[in-house]
Amino acid sequence: MQLPLTDPTREDIPSRPLVRDDPKFASGRIAFFQYAAVAVFLFLSSGFWDLQVSNPERYSEQAERNRIKALPVLAPRGKILDRDGRVIVDNHSSFSLILSRESLRPEHLQPIADGLHLEHEDLVGRLKRFRARPQYEPIVIKQELSAGELSFVEAHRDMESFPEMELIHAQRRLYPRNGMAAHVIGYVGEVSDSELNTLEFVKYNPGDLIGKAGIERQYNDMLMGIDGQRQVVVDNRGREREVIGLKDSVSGKSLQLTIDLDLQAVAELAMENRKGAVVALDPRNGEVLAMVSRPAFDPNRFADDWQELVGNPDKPLLNRAIQAQLAPGSTFKPIVSLAALESGGVDDTFTVHCGGGASFYGRYFRCHLKGGHGQVDLHRGIVQSCDVYFYTIGNRIGIDKIAEYASLAGLGKKTGIDLPHEAAGVVPSTEWKLRQFRQKWYAGETISVAIGQGALTVTPLQLAYAIGGLAMGGAWYPPHLRMDLPQADRPRTANLNPESVARVIDGMFGVVNEGGTGGRAQIPGVEVCGKTGTAQLASNEVLKNTKLGQTMKDNAWFVGFAPRQFPEIVVVALFEGGEHGPMAAPIVRDVIKAYFDKKSRVSAPRMVAGAQPPVAQNATQGVQ
Amino acid sequence: MAKYLSARDLDWPLLALTVLICGLGILQIYSATLDTAWQDAWWKQLLYVCVGLVVLYVSTRVDYHTLLEHVPLLYLLSLGTLVAVFLVGRQVFGSRRWIPLPGGFTFQVSEFVKLVIVLLVARYLSELRSDRLEIRDLLKLGALVALPMVLVMKQPDLGTSLTYGAILIAALFFGGIRWRYILVICLLALLALPVGWMFLKDYQKARLTSFQDPTQDPRGSGYQVIQSKIAVGSGGMWGKGVTRGSQTQLRFLPVPHTDFIFSAFAEEHGFVGVVLVLGLYFLLLMQIVQNAQMAPDRAGMFICMSVCSLLLFHLLVNVGMVVGRMPVTGIPLPLMSYGGSSILSVFVMLGLVNNVRLRRFVN
Repeated sequence: MQLPLTDPTREDIPSRPLVRDDPKFASGRIAFFQYAAVAVFLFLSSGFWDLQVSNPERYSEQAERNRIKALPVLAPRGKILDRDGRVIVDNHSSFSLILSRESLRPEHLQPIADGLHLEHEDLVGRLKRFRARPQYEPIVIKQELSAGELSFVEAHRDMESFPEMELIHAQRRLYPRNGMAAHVIGYVGEVSDSELNTLEFVKYNPGDLIGKAGIERQYNDMLMGIDGQRQVVVDNRGREREVIGLKDSVSGKSLQLTIDLDLQAVAELAMENRKGAVVALDPRNGEVLAMVSRPAFDPNRFADDWQELVGNPDKPLLNRAIQAQLAPGSTFKPIVSLAALESGGVDDTFTVHCGGGASFYGRYFRCHLKGGHGQVDLHRGIVQSCDVYFYTIGNRIGIDKIAEYASLAGLGKKTGIDLPHEAAGVVPSTEWKLRQFRQKWYAGETISVAIGQGALTVTPLQLAYAIGGLAMGGAWYPPHLRMDLPQADRPRTANLNPESVARVIDGMFGVVNEGGTGGRAQIPGVEVCGKTGTAQLASNEVLKNTKLGQTMKDNAWFVGFAPRQFPEIVVVALFEGGEHGPMAAPIVRDVIKAYFDKKSRVSAPRMVAGAQPPVAQNATQGVQ
Repeated sequence: MAKYLSARDLDWPLLALTVLICGLGILQIYSATLDTAWQDAWWKQLLYVCVGLVVLYVSTRVDYHTLLEHVPLLYLLSLGTLVAVFLVGRQVFGSRRWIPLPGGFTFQVSEFVKLVIVLLVARYLSELRSDRLEIRDLLKLGALVALPMVLVMKQPDLGTSLTYGAILIAALFFGGIRWRYILVICLLALLALPVGWMFLKDYQKARLTSFQDPTQDPRGSGYQVIQSKIAVGSGGMWGKGVTRGSQTQLRFLPVPHTDFIFSAFAEEHGFVGVVLVLGLYFLLLMQIVQNAQMAPDRAGMFICMSVCSLLLFHLLVNVGMVVGRMPVTGIPLPLMSYGGSSILSVFVMLGLVNNVRLRRFVN
């Protein structure tokens, strides 16, 4: 071992046997290895060539798709305000879950459905509905996530679990509670397939939230904003790193209604636990001040309650104010009176003797007062609601005169209110019967129509509209709910003899204030005019023989307006199953009283403090 | 002895290549861990490399023949430590590979067992003193290597276990195994594949197959392959620039500072950068081959060629995985991947190569 120190290159004195320890023995195989190494490096390089040089665009696109997500920015719907600018419908913040279909894997649907408390089949069905939409558009699969569902999403949206899930912020509708004004406002929902096939909805896309009923539907285009879009860079956990593109949403416009929340509240309260409707109009311009339909629904819980609402025999989804077509009963008598006066069928001296009933065309028609009203003229006929009097004058003027004036008053056709699905009602006439049934009109049928029965049906709104126009002396302003509606103040007018109108109104004043059937509608200091009505659902003779007849009760109506001259409000109350017309009178009284109470409250401070700034004035209003 | 063991005789081109590759690795670790929990990794790696250089120098000091004499002891020690891993090892990502050390460091035993395997085959084959390798010896050596292989596979760490096999096969090849034996072994291996398949865990099977069609399992190991290919492909010819790779920076790429570091590098430096680094690795390997050719004896040649083959195997499997041409086995890229154990074991191996080189005139 000393030797190498002196001469390291010496090989003649080996320290180990040289035999079979020649390091060069494997040189052939080392050369082979070198070729193999070259092959390996070429193999690896070709891998990079394929990915990076041959088609890098493909992978660049995938990398971009990985990192850039386009998320919708949902536009909030416009608020709905009452006539004083108070908020009826507001929005609240919530989170919705959207699913990106590009990265969606079918086997993830089940766990996602479980995590969000959805049915797997519903989710699959939903995806099917969106097949026609471009793949890059994400779809909303659940709205208003609960705290638990939110944390599920947060925990599972990383690349390794369900990256197809994405949260977006959404403004959801917040409706008044307890179903207040529910039928007027309506509700929003996702546009359905069948709706998409109709002309009205063809411009929407699956998944759009649109107004489904009421004002929400009528003014959907105005209330609905335009959705925007955000392009964000996300990491593998779905966390946003950077916003690279933003197209802001455009909020929907606010909508001011003619509804007065104070009156609406009073009317709602009056109809509490009752079935029916209340409509309050301003006959001077057609503004709807209040509109109630009961039973109501809670638009906030609409999706949850849907099954029950549809199955409910009381039909809570029906807006009775514009959709209930019922016989008006005696509330029709002012129209018949007008027809008789205008057509010259009756005059001041014309009287009828009521003995509790009368025979016409071989059939006996009873008066609601068994003992009879005795000698009855037009004024008493209206005040006491004498059926025999109206049988007689109806018979004298004939069905077509009645129909003419009923139509003139706006019955038998839609009023044109700005709500969807208004019903038209029926005003029977000889022509109507011929067209409808190919049958001749029998004079006996006129007798029932003269007291607001028979084939005659009206909606509460129509009745308010008709009587309101009558009270205005023959000027019918189209009813409407939108405050700034163009062409709202052009009335439909009729050349009525003011004398005739005055006599009918005198009669209606008597109904309330001269010991008539509507005494319960009296308000001290206000000249309330009105008319009661008790409408049978079918003729009593038939009903008595059926079991259903025992349970079906008569509908109570009351139509009232005030003041007697220059009327400012006309109110119709329909109390289904209320049995007697007078039962509906207090409802109307409450609403009219609320109107005049508020009027005096609002005008009082104005008169006192002319110098008060408007802001302070509003504040005092708010407190009241 | 000090005279011909002077630092002047170290393989300076080899060291330069090593330091260059490590430097690129550190740069990539810095870029890939920016603003993450791992953002300190780059200077830790720098520390490991510095320690590695010291270790490299130290491992040239002791004559490799002395090391070969202690192989039986080292071998038993390795087996003992591998067993100890099961008892005191720290479990990370479902496998026990690390032994905790004081100071918060951990020690991956299987990385260092590689060195022992290198020495083991060198000693065994150099003592045969025959140009032809007989079946009997082949089986004996095979059994000796198979024992630690099985222990590591049980951790489970399939990738590292396979590297032992790579050392063995390379050594057998250079040890003069007959071509017809190679053929027979290949055939037997093919036949044995289905049997071995049954012993694999499901996730290991998935890894071994999903690279061929990553879309079959896009969330498991397929996900890694898909994201790695996207990262590499989107790098294009010139790359996106340091800290600009979206796949790396937004964490779509899994473990971009360890197993998939080359994917991150390819994304940020493009094809040009890739070819450059592969070229550096190739020169490194050829430098080691040169040392093998100049080795004074068989043992030295075996050590050098085992190290060279091992590094080539690492490159093939790791870089092949990055481009989706090899299964995801989880073995690191030598010199670039973050990790103290991996860095140190490679530096010790390069130290052994220098060890052989320094004694090339001794006989």
